[in-house]
Amino acid sequence: MSRARIPLPLWLGAPLVALALGMALLALVWTPHDPAALAIGEKLRAPDWTHPLGTDHLGRDVLSLLMAGARTSLAVALVAVGIGAGLGVPLGLWAAARRGTWIDDLLMRANDLIFAFPSLVIAILITAAFGPSALNAIIAIGIFNIPVFARVARGGALTIWSREFILVARLAGKGAARISVEHVLPNIASLLIVQATIQFSLGILAEAALSYVGLGAQPPTASWGRMLAEAQTLFYGYPRLAIVPGLAIVLTVLGLNLMGDGLRDHLDPRLRQRAVQ
Amino acid sequence: MAVYLLKRLASLGLALIAASLVVFALIEVVPGDPARTMLGINATDAAVAALRDSLGLNQNIALRYLDWAGGMLRGDFGHSYSYRVPVAQLIGDRLWVSVPLAGYALALTVALALPVGLAAAALRGRAADYGLMSLTQLGIAVPNFWFAMLLVLVFAVKLPLFRSGGFAGWDAGLGAGLWSLTLPAVALALPQASILARVLRSALIETAGQDYIRTSRAKGLTARGALLRHGLRNALIPVLTIMGLQFSFLLAGAVIIEKVFFLPGLGMLLFQAITQRDLIVVESTVMLLVAAVILVNFLTDLAYAWVDPRLRRRGRA
Repeated sequence: MSRARIPLPLWLGAPLVALALGMALLALVWTPHDPAALAIGEKLRAPDWTHPLGTDHLGRDVLSLLMAGARTSLAVALVAVGIGAGLGVPLGLWAAARRGTWIDDLLMRANDLIFAFPSLVIAILITAAFGPSALNAIIAIGIFNIPVFARVARGGALTIWSREFILVARLAGKGAARISVEHVLPNIASLLIVQATIQFSLGILAEAALSYVGLGAQPPTASWGRMLAEAQTLFYGYPRLAIVPGLAIVLTVLGLNLMGDGLRDHLDPRLRQRAVQ
Repeated sequence: MAVYLLKRLASLGLALIAASLVVFALIEVVPGDPARTMLGINATDAAVAALRDSLGLNQNIALRYLDWAGGMLRGDFGHSYSYRVPVAQLIGDRLWVSVPLAGYALALTVALALPVGLAAAALRGRAADYGLMSLTQLGIAVPNFWFAMLLVLVFAVKLPLFRSGGFAGWDAGLGAGLWSLTLPAVALALPQASILARVLRSALIETAGQDYIRTSRAKGLTARGALLRHGLRNALIPVLTIMGLQFSFLLAGAVIIEKVFFLPGLGMLLFQAITQRDLIVVESTVMLLVAAVILVNFLTDLAYAWVDPRLRRRGRA
């Protein structure tokens, strides 16, 4: 594997993701200006040396907002992936270990049910019911990640369970839980990593949509979706206010999707044929 | 087919019941007294008590659920607190915007995805294929509401071809109505068309390796002829499933686009009801959207079984 050529999508996607992650991490410790600092006298300034991306209608530095927004958007999506994988993968492994029993059936039916829900509408309902906040957005997005990971984990695990080395492990006296963790999980890790990249990118889009309609991150927390919402009334005159955060979303999501494709090819060449989707 | 149908109908019923329980429970756990939330902080205790009574909040929770769910089945969606009209009437008016919008967007999705998917599959591995697939990667990454804003900027502000928002109304004529839904439909369709084109391409490529394609080639069909006559038909099965999912996505996903364009659809109703804390409208609108999605998925499954008899048999076994 180490000698395999790194696929082109990975080359293209990884720098985009690194850029977004770098911005988010840097924003933890430093932004050029305080992203929440209002300076009405400085409002709607065109880009210059002090404000490389200009200022918004409240005089805030757009670059600083963009960096702080990266922090929010990526954190929300990342934690939502964590929730989905943290709960979904054990459920999927459990279902596969108990394949063919009522537990498997019940888990998978419950999965189908969550799948059938329009996730965006339910996320809107959750954030509306519990109050709009970044935390509730994380929960709303995370819940819909659970069945995705459960399904991928179960599907991958089922093929592993039929292999000889599992039989050997069983003969060695290992229980289903131990086999799932020690033998099944490492073998489906690449599948899960690819899925995590995809869910990460979907999470960023979902967070942006929720924040855009005012149900995600609340002021003064910056987020890409909120920047778009605030730009809406102004962007006919100042298109850059909407174009900057929008491009940030597009490039990050594009980077993650390309990375997902590339990783799939890189980690598991057998999947390459199916990877076209 | 009858057994398959009965089985699917039973799971449809279960899904709807489970969904209604979830929606009901979510509204039920809203912190605080719904009546007080709806009336605001200045309400008198008497007014809150009266509203609690008229909402049936003093009843037991199971009765309240049955009342609500039973009402929805009869077409009684409750009474809007803020609009003071039956919710069914509010929703009925909005459906005339949301359903045509979703249908329009789906039509555009197919119209865009079909040629792109076919061309990419026919030209597999060539520069044109990579170009088209790169475009679809970009299409998937674009948030539809942002794309909508860009469309407004270009086609309504810079070039005044379309209205920047609002709905002309069907009374103004079919053409005017459709015209005002065009930009929203395009915005909704772009990401979906990108997904569909990719699915179509890979489904077509998969069929290209099948025996019947080789047979039809041996019988003298050109590669493209075989792709169109036999490949496309077989590739339609995965495509149909995705399309079913997409229609329900378009119906539910339109809530955000409606906000961008100020379209008086279900999404607008939902957001207004959320702002006004009109929980009955929120509950019924969400339930309707969820039910529509589940129903469309059910119909897709049926269409799937109708197109592919093998699935019917598997369903029976």
